[in-house]
Amino acid sequence: MAPELMEVRRVRDGVVVDHLPVGTALEVLRLLKLGEGARVVVLMNVESSKLGRKDVVKVEGRRLSEVELVALSLLAPGATVNTVEDYRVVSKVKATPPEEVRGILRCPNPTCITNQEREPVTTVFRRKSEEPLSYYCTYCGTTLSGSELARSIRV
Amino acid sequence: MRDVISVLDFSREDLEYLFERADYYASQLGRKLRVLEGRVIALAFFEPSTRTRFSFEVAAKRLGADVVGFGAAEGTSVEKGENLADTVKMLEAYADLVVIRHRLEGAAKFAAEVSEDPVVNGGDGRQHHPTQAMIDLYTVKKLFDDVDGLKYAVVGDLKYGRAAASFIYGLSLYRPAEVYLVSPPELRARPEVLEVLEERGIKYREVTDLNDVIEEVDVVYMTRVQKERFKDPSEYERVKGSYRLTLKHLARARRGVKVLHPLPKVDEIELAVDRTEYAAYYYQASLGVPLRMALLALILGGE
Repeated sequence: MAPELMEVRRVRDGVVVDHLPVGTALEVLRLLKLGEGARVVVLMNVESSKLGRKDVVKVEGRRLSEVELVALSLLAPGATVNTVEDYRVVSKVKATPPEEVRGILRCPNPTCITNQEREPVTTVFRRKSEEPLSYYCTYCGTTLSGSELARSIRV
Repeated sequence: MRDVISVLDFSREDLEYLFERADYYASQLGRKLRVLEGRVIALAFFEPSTRTRFSFEVAAKRLGADVVGFGAAEGTSVEKGENLADTVKMLEAYADLVVIRHRLEGAAKFAAEVSEDPVVNGGDGRQHHPTQAMIDLYTVKKLFDDVDGLKYAVVGDLKYGRAAASFIYGLSLYRPAEVYLVSPPELRARPEVLEVLEERGIKYREVTDLNDVIEEVDVVYMTRVQKERFKDPSEYERVKGSYRLTLKHLARARRGVKVLHPLPKVDEIELAVDRTEYAAYYYQASLGVPLRMALLALILGGE
């Protein structure tokens, strides 16, 4: 192998999270709780025919749960999740932000009832706009968008 | 109709019908009615209140219902650490309807989800106070025959004041000519409140000084600017005069201008205003009982 080339192995069994907006790859790692021991390839700021530039995260030996897919859609709307088995893509899912998000977002308003630890209450956020993506808390009306939306994801 | 969480859950037609029923109950005030005989209404006021609680209590009793409840968290199981969900479950077992006031936003909505009984929001944090908004709109309707076409100044703490926010939401159900939102820059109405005005095509303007709009308005809705809301006390001292309504202001206003206030007031209205024709706030407060009678009867009486 030529010294200037670095080996990036293809995923044998796992997921390829593609079409991530530039700068979101590390947040995706955090979201998927990929710490030490995980076999991960992160591509940042690479050419993309769709986005111009993009990030890509490849994870060996992992699948995305429904909840993680919703969380991903909030962090990187439009990202695609390819599931790979034996080097072949067996499914391709687009992370589309849902109209209603139950339990994944935490309300940033400290005096919202959903922040009371001892109450059996789950947050429910409803989508307010798609572009830019924003949601509002159905309990207190607080709106989430941009970096605050990303910061409020709790999986 | 079941739960009453936000005035935005109602249509203008709903409110008009409610006002008609309130007119009827206003005409019956001297009598003890039996509309809700045998029913029990629970008043769960986790946050202190005199006006709202008493007027709900009087409204319930005038309809023949029995009333249970508490007026502060002190001395109840809440003080021992019981959560809201359990308290509401307990009240649900005893009563047919629960009126709740709580310091947290969303508490009434949550209570309505927990409870099989109808829940009426008597104020949740800074967010909603729907029955106050109903009384305020009813007052305007009685004074001017119509809520539409008038110019309003909503003055004071528009950020944390739930009565002001709810009144603004209430106006959005009508076609006011213009709504001036008069507050210090720190206490402007929250984005979600302004969004409702925009979505519903209500003409509004945010202004900092009441003097700039006093000559134009038909209704001045006063609320208190609280000192505690300011990080810098000297800033409060500097701005407070701009949010205090005086006879001098009113002398410059349109003929027939009326002053509303959800009460209690402290010093945001010059005392001399109380004795003038401008002052509509005592009349406004007097409409609380018939309006709440109409509401309780509609929810429980199957009217």
